[in-house]
Amino acid sequence: MPLSVQQSRTWKHRGWVAFLVLPPIAFICLFVVYPILSAFGYAFYNWQGLARGEFVGLANFREVLFGPTMGPVVWNAFLHNVQALVALMIIQNGGGFLLAWLLYKEPFGFRFHRVAVFVPVVLSTIIVGFLWKLFLNPNFGIVNQALYSVGLDALAKPWLGDSATALPALILANAWHFIGFPTLVYLAGMQRIPSELIEAARLDGTSEWQLLKNIVWPLVAPSTTILFTLLFIGAFNWFEIPYVMAGLDGSPFGTTDVLGLVFYRTAFGNQSASIQNFGQGSALATLLFLFIVVFASLLTLWLRRREIQI
Amino acid sequence: MTRNSPAAGRPDAAELLKTKEEGTTVKLTRRILMGAVMGGFLASTAGAAMAKTDLTFWSWRQEDRAFYQDIIKKFQEKEPDITVKFETYAPENYQTILSTALAAGRGPDVIQVRAYGNLETIATPGYLLALDKTNVPELANFPEAALAAETLRSDGKVYAVPFATQAQLIVYNKKIFADNGIKVPTTWDELMEAAKALKAKNINPFTNGTATAWQNETIVGGLLSSMLGKQFEDDIVSGKANFTDPRFVSALTKLKEISQYFSPNFTGVDYPSSQQLFVAGRGAMFAGGSYEVANFKGQNPSLDLGVFPSPVLKAGDQAIIATYYDGGYAVNAKSEKKDAALKFVRFLATPEYGTSFTNTLKNLSPIKGIKIEDAVTQDVAKLAQNAMSYLMLVRFRYQEPSGSVLLQSNIQKMLAGQQTPEQAAAAINAGIATYYKPFQK
Repeated sequence: MPLSVQQSRTWKHRGWVAFLVLPPIAFICLFVVYPILSAFGYAFYNWQGLARGEFVGLANFREVLFGPTMGPVVWNAFLHNVQALVALMIIQNGGGFLLAWLLYKEPFGFRFHRVAVFVPVVLSTIIVGFLWKLFLNPNFGIVNQALYSVGLDALAKPWLGDSATALPALILANAWHFIGFPTLVYLAGMQRIPSELIEAARLDGTSEWQLLKNIVWPLVAPSTTILFTLLFIGAFNWFEIPYVMAGLDGSPFGTTDVLGLVFYRTAFGNQSASIQNFGQGSALATLLFLFIVVFASLLTLWLRRREIQI
Repeated sequence: MTRNSPAAGRPDAAELLKTKEEGTTVKLTRRILMGAVMGGFLASTAGAAMAKTDLTFWSWRQEDRAFYQDIIKKFQEKEPDITVKFETYAPENYQTILSTALAAGRGPDVIQVRAYGNLETIATPGYLLALDKTNVPELANFPEAALAAETLRSDGKVYAVPFATQAQLIVYNKKIFADNGIKVPTTWDELMEAAKALKAKNINPFTNGTATAWQNETIVGGLLSSMLGKQFEDDIVSGKANFTDPRFVSALTKLKEISQYFSPNFTGVDYPSSQQLFVAGRGAMFAGGSYEVANFKGQNPSLDLGVFPSPVLKAGDQAIIATYYDGGYAVNAKSEKKDAALKFVRFLATPEYGTSFTNTLKNLSPIKGIKIEDAVTQDVAKLAQNAMSYLMLVRFRYQEPSGSVLLQSNIQKMLAGQQTPEQAAAAINAGIATYYKPFQK
């Protein structure tokens, strides 16, 4: 039966849409959905190297969360992820907000600073990690050298070898690397605020603090939503900086261990514990994924509700 | 902060398999074509016999490529019908890439594998061909301990031909010793005095640092083996003693004492920095692996180096070093060219090969009857005759938490002054006791 013109047009349209949409969907299914689902499946089996053994139900999940060996390691790492999240929220996102405000006010040389603050973001994390490892070297790193040269010898430390300073050092290195990103996003957010709003507030004699608190901060809420959500995801997937600067074991003695490192060690083994446990690794990856999806969604919903339209 | 979702890593492995697969298809096509051409003017059966066998050989030793190419050339002088393609992958990814390939039923014909617990992850699922005196008569060229390193504990079969003996000992800078009138110490007290004398002259006695976790294990092996002694190892194995034993605790106490002579700020000095300090001549000693010697000399050929075993507690005790075997060459159980692969592996087990391995790579081959040119390697070979196992690697890297991980983190913690030797020993013992039956009594 011949199709009417109307029908053939709809079919043409649908075909065209399918042609555009199907390849990316196939791509995502193959390289994102399938690996995630298969990791989920792997987590229910016992593994010998990469050979799958018998079905063990939730044993891997139990071992990862509450097992005598894995449990303490995982919770210790989780705690460090939380610490990194809180610290980076304040230093990286908070610092970024303040830097953006400074740049927004267009001080002398702001064009230069706008670029300068973003440059570290462009660098590879591996390079940044390595650079900071050199800076923090206890014997010839510039941090300790600078302290010696101004007579603050008492403050010089083996930063990455001291359990009290190792994690904070990694967090600061990370903040140095990425602070340009929140700065830029907030700056764009601020520039979208109609200038008459700010001028009106100034004419009314608002203080700088009130201006920031009551006008700028609420109006950059969409930027905050993006930045907080990305930081949340990033902090729980944190891997590169700890890996480069502290090593796979979270040196010294697990004080810089994070979930990403635990996952890698568990699934693929490391130099000194060659045991590869794909089941527990997958269980950990699955839990981490679910945790991030659930909490990142809740966070986004909550942050969305506080956004306002002008 | 970029995302590093674990799942994102997996497509890489899939990609890798795909390229490998394409490689095989290409090779297969080439062979079919070659077979067809041969078959054209010979009888079809003769064609197959005349065709060359292409072997692939995987390794993580990119830095030894020139050596292996040379060895392959020598092998081909004997077996002109076999070609060997040497392929390397980065050491940190090697295990992952290899086990992914093997799990998919592919992988190379000849495989450089590691030893002990690491070997088990590959040998247990049946990926490797068991070797014995019938298919590799050259196994007779190896000492028992070397074969034990490549033996699967569950079936007692050997799965690889060992390639290197490594030792943990003390490497020293002969010039610094001579310039300061220091003699090679044999007892612990002499070592402490030598270190004190060097420090008084503003020379860094040891360049070691503890920031890199696994360095803590090499330091223990290099400095404490003679004080622990072979009997201690036997007692641990038989279950007569555990790690809370006074011998272990007092050795750790000694380690804590000597750590004042490590690099300044040693808790923050990582492995590369500690090596650089030694290479630059900014320290007299380095407690670590015999493999460091070739590396140090490579970076600074003017260094005049020597080695000595860990000092004994009192004069007259026997000085020993801690040894282990690095790994071996194995045959893929699923290879279609097992005969050719076995021929190649047998070649890698001959004294000629061992001699050339030792002299070119300055790493000691465990093969009996090799001729060693390098003086330091000769010393290592001599010292290796009196050795205990590099304990945690050899005995306790089969289960989690591995003895190595426990030792490394607890020594790191102890040397940072955050726990006593007793606490460190107790923590190590408790971790191993979770799975090691003799400690559970």
